[in-house]
Order: sequence, then structure tokens, then C-alpha cells
Amino acid sequence: MKTLLICEYRQGKLLDVSYELLAFAERLGADKAMLLIGDESQAPKFGGKVYLADAGKYGEYNPDAHKQIVLEAARREQADLIVFVHSSYGWDLAPQVAASLRCAQVSEIVGVVESKFEVAACNAKLRRIATPKTPQAALTIQAGAFGYRGEAQGTPQIERIEIPAGPARIEFVGYEAAEKKELDLAKADVIVSAGRGVGKKDNVTAIAALAKALGGELGATRPVVDAGWVEHSHQVGSTGQVVSPKLYVACGVSGAIHHLAGMKNSEFIVAINKDKDAPIGEVADVLVVADVMQLVPALTAKLAK
Amino acid sequence: MKILVCIKQVPDMESRFKVNADGVWYDERDLAFRMNEYDEYAVEQAVRIKEQLGGAADITILSIGPARVVEAIKKGMAMGGDRGVHVKDDSLAQRDPWQLASTIAAFARSKNFDLIFTGMQSQDRGSTQVGAILAELLGYACATTLIGFELNGDVVTARRELEGGVKAIVRFRLPAVVTCQLGLNTPRYPTLPNIMKVRQKELLAFPVADFLTEESLTITEKMYLPEKKGRARVLEGDVSQLADQLLAILKEKTTVLR
Repeated sequence: MKTLLICEYRQGKLLDVSYELLAFAERLGADKAMLLIGDESQAPKFGGKVYLADAGKYGEYNPDAHKQIVLEAARREQADLIVFVHSSYGWDLAPQVAASLRCAQVSEIVGVVESKFEVAACNAKLRRIATPKTPQAALTIQAGAFGYRGEAQGTPQIERIEIPAGPARIEFVGYEAAEKKELDLAKADVIVSAGRGVGKKDNVTAIAALAKALGGELGATRPVVDAGWVEHSHQVGSTGQVVSPKLYVACGVSGAIHHLAGMKNSEFIVAINKDKDAPIGEVADVLVVADVMQLVPALTAKLAK
Repeated sequence: MKILVCIKQVPDMESRFKVNADGVWYDERDLAFRMNEYDEYAVEQAVRIKEQLGGAADITILSIGPARVVEAIKKGMAMGGDRGVHVKDDSLAQRDPWQLASTIAAFARSKNFDLIFTGMQSQDRGSTQVGAILAELLGYACATTLIGFELNGDVVTARRELEGGVKAIVRFRLPAVVTCQLGLNTPRYPTLPNIMKVRQKELLAFPVADFLTEESLTITEKMYLPEKKGRARVLEGDVSQLADQLLAILKEKTTVLR
């Protein structure tokens, strides 16, 4: 089994998440080659073959060219599995590559069970075993699910890839930096977060009051921020802030993977949720099965005494 | 401007899920279904374009699935869609993204849509594939994970959400398929008069066999609830007692109450 692992590269840097692709391939016990569309100075520390295409020539983000480069690398490597990170880059490119090859794609792989791919469904509340019916397949793997252990090392054997110039239908104009954070949640000892389970915007006041009573800050999940209940500067998760406070209290948070990615390393995690089976229970130290809007004010009142 | 919005109907994600008798999908009984959240942003963006063009756009709302999905199509029409297309398929759960994209492509191919919107993923399957495969099959430009969208003539300037709060600005010409991320806009609630108007709008229905000729490329062998690792200590019971229990645990296990 041969894997071609597609590195992530942005703003002139190889992203560390690329090494998780190696961890995944090792878990499968498969042969590994990598593809970097970037600068040679950023080649991954990996003692195997790295196909390299120059981002200076083809662009960091240019899906038409990147698709051709991935297809060329896969052809040369005769890769069975073309593996991307389940990220904005992989979501964009993997299906276009798979459709070009008319091959299967399995997305958001969170585990390998008896050499088969385990993927998440329904906000991580369910799992399924999804299997390609074609000999070749594109895959996307959940960042954090296969964590790369050990120091990356090795010097790659570089093989360059050039492709003929073609139309670039999507023009990359530039990056927009992350919004300046008015609130640095990473410094807080205690974070009390509101998830959609708090019910409505007015109820966020009660969550903020508990945060204050514990001497901490208010956090929030992405849906709560998108709904306009809480400002973006409070968002915890892969598209918000990554935190590891002494105490994290998740109120009405079901535990979507991108939220867990932002808080699972907290020292002590309390989840308050009506649903005993909510995935937040997988990372929590204590799961209190209760109505958030009953329990939270009760806690705040007792702390005030 | 001809616009197609592809939507899916999914269960409320706050539900408690059970696996069905075949063991390959969730049990649909006792679940409340609604429009896939990402698709609400897709419908909203299409309606905003029609408003921007002073009404010079025609919006088709398409969904594949059993009879229940008509509710989601009607919601899209009440939000401002001009026409509904129901591709009738009682075996939706067994279809893979390749089949769904092929079905939509077969419907859309001869109709020269300028813009096709869809959510960046469905909340139940979450494959993030259908939009991008559809673009590939139709030969359209494809821009994914959008949180900003501006149309000028036939040029779109869009913002893609990357990781860690970084965004990418991209520009492309129509025709294009775009996939919508949460936060792209603020989806409207259908008003009562607009809900009433849905009855006067066209709702077409086709059997899926009219468009689907492809076999699936992936198969779900099994669906199951995640294994409980049993890390969390579970507290249940009376609220006041729970609060006391929890505070006692926090005093013992953490330093934040000292």
C-alpha cells in the first residue's frame, strides 16, 4: 500500500499538521511519500521521497495548478491513497482530485479500525466505517486524531515536479490576517463556555455570571458566535482560540471536533449537558447531566455565598 | 442570472442518535429534520444576489431525498427561491457524495446555471465533497468555505475561511460552484406572507433514476455510537445537590476555588 501525503503550506511555511499525515500512514503500516507545494527550504523532516513543486511558480493557493501537481505526483508514485488533512485546503482540493480520477474519497477520518477507515458523522455523535470501492482513493484525516509523536527527523530525497502552464480559474488575491484579539483567552485560569445548548442569547448572561463568579472568562462555541450571541473574540476551537486553562466549564456544548481541538488540553474539564451521550463527555473529567439554565444559576448563587 | 442552490435536509444535531436495524445509518424515526445549517447560508446568499440585481435572477432550490425533504425545499422557496426541484430518492442514506454530485450534475448540465451554491458540508455525513465534485463534473470554477461573497458583473470576489482565523481573498469568473461556510451572512427567517406565496411557486418532482446513472464509489460498512472511554465521572440527580457535589469536586481537584 502506497500513500502520497499532501503537505500543508501557508504564508511561506510548512504547517506542522503535515506531520500528522506521516502518523496516519504509519498507523496504516503503508509506504510513504510526501508532496510539498512550497519552498525547498521548508521541506518536511522526513527520510523518504518528497515531491516538490515550487509555490513561487505555482502559487500557495491555486486549485487548478495544485490539482495537476497532485495528479502528477500520484501518477509517478503510483499511489493507492492520496492523503490530505481535513482542512480548508483538503476540503477544496481532495474532491477535485478524486473526481478527476473517478476514485473514491473518504473524508474526516478519525481512526483506523482493523485497517479500515473510521469517520465521524452527525457532529461526532456517530462513527462509521467507510470503505473505498475503487483501488485508488483520496482521503482527508482529522487534525489531532493521529497526533505525530516523536521528533520529526530525516532528510528527504527531493524529486521536482513541473507542470505545463494552464488556466488558473481561481485567482488568489491575498491573505487577511486573523482579527486582532481584544481578549486573550489563553491567559485565563478559568473559562466557562456557552454552547448552543444554552438555548438563546439572553441565557448567555447566566453563563457569563458563572465565569465571573469563578474569576474567569466567557468562552463560546462557533455556532453561538455565528448566531451573534457572543463576540468572536470569545470563540474557542480550531477557527477561534486554543486554550488550556486550569478549569474549563462547557455549558450546553455538544463537543464538535473543532471545538474539542481548542480546549481538550485544559487541566480539568467540566461539562454540563442534558445529553449524557454528548461527545464532550469523551474529554470531560466530570459530566453533569442537567439543564444548563437550572444548574448554572444554582452554581453561581452558591459561589456567591 | 440563473442560480441553483443545492440543499439537504438533516436531523437536528441536538438529537440523541440511534443506529438503524441495518447497522449502516442512523435510525430516522423520532428525529426532527431541518434544512442543513450550511445550506441556509447558501439560500440566503442566492436571495441577496437576486436583490442586488433588482430581481433579475431566477433561483432554483434543489434537494435529493424522500418525501420529507419537500419541507426544506419549501423553506428555501419561502426565503426567496423561485422554484423547487425535488429529486425523489428513498435511498438517500446509501448514496455517496459521488452519486449525489453526479445526480445534480445530470440535472444541471443542460440548464446553464451561472452560479451554483451549496453548503460546505452536510451536518450529518459531513463529507465536504458534493460541491467540489459537482464543479469538477460541470467544468465550473470552484470556491469553497466562503465567509464573504461580492458579485460585480460576472466577477466574484470572495473570502475563504482558513484555519486559525486567517482568511484568503480569491477572485473568479462565473460560471462557478461555491460552497458556504457558517457566518457567510445572516440567513433570514421566512415571513408569513412569503410562506403563503410558496403555494403559487413551481415545485417540480423527478425520480432519481432520471439523473442517477453512477454506482457509488464508497460504502458504509457499519455505523455505531463512539466507544465510551469512560473518562468522565457522570453526575445525575437533583440540581441543588449536583451544584454542591460539583463545587466539592472542584475544591478537591482544582486550585481555582482556593
